[in-house]
Parts: sequence; structure tokens; C-alpha cells
Amino acid sequence: MSLLLTAAPPPAKAPRNLAHLSDESLLSLVASSDDNALAELYDRFGGIAYGLALRILRDESLAQDAVQEAFLGVWRTADRFLAERASASTWILTLVHRRAVDLVRREDRRRGDPLESAPEPAAAETVEEQATTRFQRRVVQEALRQLTPEQREALELGYYGGLSQSELAERLGQPLGTVKSRMFSGLGRLRELLGQAGLEESLSP
Amino acid sequence: MAEELHSLVAPYALDALDETDERSFEEHLALCERCRGELAGLREAAAALAYTAPATQPPPELKERILAQARSERPNVVPLRRKRNWTTTLGIAAAAAAAVAIGLGLWGATRSTGQDALARVLSRPGARVMAMGGSGVLAVAPDGEAALALRVADAPPGKTYEAWVIHANAARPAGLFRGAGVVKLARRVAKGSVVAVTVERAGGAPQPTQKPFLASQETT
Repeated sequence: MSLLLTAAPPPAKAPRNLAHLSDESLLSLVASSDDNALAELYDRFGGIAYGLALRILRDESLAQDAVQEAFLGVWRTADRFLAERASASTWILTLVHRRAVDLVRREDRRRGDPLESAPEPAAAETVEEQATTRFQRRVVQEALRQLTPEQREALELGYYGGLSQSELAERLGQPLGTVKSRMFSGLGRLRELLGQAGLEESLSP
Repeated sequence: MAEELHSLVAPYALDALDETDERSFEEHLALCERCRGELAGLREAAAALAYTAPATQPPPELKERILAQARSERPNVVPLRRKRNWTTTLGIAAAAAAAVAIGLGLWGATRSTGQDALARVLSRPGARVMAMGGSGVLAVAPDGEAALALRVADAPPGKTYEAWVIHANAARPAGLFRGAGVVKLARRVAKGSVVAVTVERAGGAPQPTQKPFLASQETT
């Protein structure tokens, strides 16, 4: 027996700490089939993703399906991510939103008013949020307050309602062109405001 | 007709098109640079709306289910052919990623802890990404700045990983590291180099004492 074989056993496989990596770097690792990187992304975005899916689907089991399919989509297509002109968070949340909208349309669960009756499921607990998530929520809410009520309504109904633009126009009793233009100006303004908010924050110590 | 299609960019960003409109718009998108540019910004704003829903803890078994399913699919994920495509796709895309990083300001970057070496290299126009033997990636900027992102077990006690830049049959040390994560290479990677990793005695070696257990293709 050589000394080497009687020496201390190799360290147990400790969970690696990926916390210092950016979302984008994690996606690169996911593209090389690193399931720990997928787990880390899930830890970062699972709560937001599930909250989003619940608000659209208003059903825990369907919301879990949407989140599962979206994260498996992340796993299967992470190598395509860089071809998208998006940050990793946008890419992931876009996948989640799409899956949730697909499911809500398939289930036709859109009869209620998505804004007025979006109760939180009793069993769900609010995530203990990271400071960055809280900060981003505050920034987005502040930005939304600066839109006109019509823009805000078009965005919120469009994003959370699972409705098509024509259904939305019907719901609002407005011509389609008006709805489209509210969505466009509302999103454009929101983007501007978020850009400014980010810039200010980066300049402060 | 084109104007009609342009006007679908905002509802598309919100996933608020029916199937027919969605298909028409996606066909249009493939041909319309203006809409692609616009969509990138509007998508970012649309995704930000997700933060207004209260974040909710999913049941713990959901994570396990997702990871189990992902692991069961893994053997199919990195066939050799894909790795090759990958290099080109990511290479082209790095410029787009850089444009995004700049265009988004902090909105994208707050989420990312942002400043790690891999992200920095990837954000450089013309950066290329290569597989490191299925255990991670090598990213190289046009000026040779480079970073490795690897998933490897920690080096055994008394040992270290050492990265090498091998060019014209000469291996030069490019940094020591203990385990998985991102490593910025201490040496620039010239075109036509191979980046390799060996296990060395703690403190490193001036020349590799072992056959590399990970190596890139020649960089281009």
C-alpha cells in the first residue's frame, strides 16, 4: 500500500459556491451541462418565476408546471442565450412568462379579471427576498407610477392577463390601434425610466 | 403591411399576440433589424414587470424535480457536433451581449454581481467561447484577455490546478486555482494557442509535470 492510498480521503464533494458568478456566467456553465449552475439560477429566480406564474395562472399546480418547463427550457437551450440580445434575467423571465401564458390560454383560465382578482394562494409563503429583488421591485413600481393610467393598464393587462391584443381591446372597449400604441409607448417609457434608475444607482456609492 | 407588422413589436414583447399574429411577426422579425433592436429594449422592460408580482416560494420538491429531469437529459446535451456550433454561435453573439450590457445600463447589471472575469471577457466585442472538454468553457477576447469557467472537484490536499497557455510548443503558466469557478488567466492567449489545465503540487510548477486533464482546441 502506498502512502498515497492511506492518506486522507479526498474531500467530500462539497456544494460549490457559485454565488459570486453573474447570471450570464451561470448560463454559460448551464450550456456546458452544469446542473449546479442551473440550481443556482433556480435559487436566484425561482421565487420571482413562481410568483409571476401564479399571478398569471392562479393555480399552484399549473404555476409549478410553467416554472418547471421554463427552467428545463433554460437547461436545454442555454447555449442559444448569447444570441439573444438580452440579460440573463430577461431571458429566463421571458421563458417563464411564455410558458405561463401558453398554459393559461390552453386552460382558458382567463375569465376573471386578472388585475382585480389575483389573490395570493393561501399556502404560499412570500420568499425572503434578496435585497436586489426588493430594490428592483421598488424601481419598477416607481417607474410604473410615472406612466399614464392608460399605459399602465394596457401593460398590466397585457402582461398578466394572458390575453391577445384583440381580446384586450375588446375588454377595454378601445380600438386595437389605441391599445397597441399604449403598449408601445408604455413599454418604451418604462424602459427609459428603468435605464435612468439604473444609471443613478450606479453613480451613487 | 410592413408598418402593420412593426406595430406588433410591443404586444409581442408582452406575449399578447394570438398564434397567427405571432407567427407573422416572427417571420417579419427575422428580416427586420429595426424590430429586433426595438424588441430587445421592450423585452427588458416587459420582463421587469415580473418583479411587481410578489415573489413566492415554490415547494422544495419543484427544485428537485427540475434538477432530476435536467440530469436525466444530460447525456444528450453535449454531443461533439454541438460544441463546434457553439463556438461560432457564441462568438458572433458576444458582440450582441456587449451591446446589451451597455444599452441596459445597470438594469441588467444589478442582477448580475456583474464584475466577474468571464462576464467581462464575454462583454468584449468579438469575444469567442470554446468548450473545455465538457467541463466548462474558455472565453477569449480579441486582445487575448481570457477567462476559464470550470466545473471541477476541488484539487486534492497539497495539490493545485494550474492553467497553461501553450503556444508554438511552449507552455507558459497562466494561474493557479483550487476548484470550480471562474479564473481570469494571468497571461494573454494569442491566436493559435491551446489553453490547458494540469494538477500540480501546491504552489504550482514552472512547467507542466503531467498530461493536461483539460484542454481547449487551438484558439482562432
